[in-house]
Amino acid sequence: MSNDNHDEEAGRNETHDHDHELRVSKIHNGTVIDHVRSGQALNVLAVLGIDGSEGEEISIGMNVPSDRFARKDIIKVEDRELSQDEVDVLTLIAPDATINIVREYEVVEKSRVDRPDSVEGVLSCSNSGCITTGDEPVTSKFDVLDDAVRCSYCETIFRENIPALIDT
Amino acid sequence: MRYDHLITSKQLSRAAIETVLDHAAEIDDDQSAFADKHAGRLLGLLFFEPSTRTKLSFETAMKRLGGDVIDLGSVESSSVTKGESLADTIRVIEGYADALVLRHPKQGSATMASEFVDVPLVNAGDGAGHHPTQTMLDLYTIRENAGLDDLTIGIMGDLKYGRTVHSLAYALSKFDARQHFISPDSLALPREVVYDLHQEGASIREHDGLEEILPSLDVLYVTRIQRERFPDEDEYQKVAGEYQIGPDSLAAAADDLTVMHPLPRVDEIAPEIDETDHAAYFEQAHNGVPVRMALLDLLLGETDE
Repeated sequence: MSNDNHDEEAGRNETHDHDHELRVSKIHNGTVIDHVRSGQALNVLAVLGIDGSEGEEISIGMNVPSDRFARKDIIKVEDRELSQDEVDVLTLIAPDATINIVREYEVVEKSRVDRPDSVEGVLSCSNSGCITTGDEPVTSKFDVLDDAVRCSYCETIFRENIPALIDT
Repeated sequence: MRYDHLITSKQLSRAAIETVLDHAAEIDDDQSAFADKHAGRLLGLLFFEPSTRTKLSFETAMKRLGGDVIDLGSVESSSVTKGESLADTIRVIEGYADALVLRHPKQGSATMASEFVDVPLVNAGDGAGHHPTQTMLDLYTIRENAGLDDLTIGIMGDLKYGRTVHSLAYALSKFDARQHFISPDSLALPREVVYDLHQEGASIREHDGLEEILPSLDVLYVTRIQRERFPDEDEYQKVAGEYQIGPDSLAAAADDLTVMHPLPRVDEIAPEIDETDHAAYFEQAHNGVPVRMALLDLLLGETDE
């Protein structure tokens, strides 16, 4: 397995997938978020609050061929390493993602994201009957289940459209 | 034993539930023995929704323990109408009372409120969420009439919005109980509750009619189907009519079937049933006092100097 910061498949298929390599180029320092579910790249960037407004260099590959999935998205951000809080949020919409921290063109840290047991302050409950939707001084809290999240206050389980709950 | 707060029946183990029920039985035997137990202590009542029996039975229970109550009064006449948050209201009243009872229309309100106070807080209903003290008196009534072991119970009516049903189902999952849920599709148990009951390993089945399981039941727990849950009157009449207990509805039931209802009822149970040995709903309502006395005594107990 290549240890540079090509995504896994690109490294393996270097000879016949040169075009892919050019589309999603190597980065110098920063983060590569790989194996994002197809179509979720823009949501991932929105959730992380990365919009390019601070001049950071961002490369996005959407619907690129993948061994693990038929298609995947991949994101590369220069000069930005993700914090644990950011990784926690990421797990909710990109549970299969791999995060590669790159320094001087080398992957120095490569990890699958681990879903936390709960997340605080990053999602908003959409149940209008929930106490957290009023003007109360309360931080939202959600338990993270295998395939869903659950509000710790009203106990509503959300399986679909979790990105819509994200407090941006 | 001391509970810091009583928010949901989910939090209680079988042993904790039995402690409350045993203590309620002890109080029921001789209420006068507890008449001065909590003299000089105050219970704060915060009811943000209308309530008759729950509020009155808490007030009765506290007074029968020798204590007294302070009452936030109706929401219209309180500072809540000025836009005060629940978190602020509860922190102020905490300074006046030794324990608090909260009913609020929002789900999760009691959980949130408990994070802001140190005195014991009792959830007396949070929207479509939980109503654990009703559950305690339900369990007490079931234990007195049918026993909590090897129990077959049918729970019928509005299972979607009925917080008494959710709380009862969670508590029964701690016992050897087969739970049958009978409702129209549109008012079936929320998936969240079914998920939790499966997680608890509870024995549950859902039905759209009572007929097939009635003969096997030890207890039939009936709840009200509310008109406002239906888009029009015709639809309501059609559905509600199928979940009413009339004079002939119990012909196939066991002789010792116990029929319960959290009250108030409208027309879910015909008055003719009141006179039969099946009816336990008024006894159930009366049990609210000794059971809430037991809960308050346990909640206040260890801080009693």
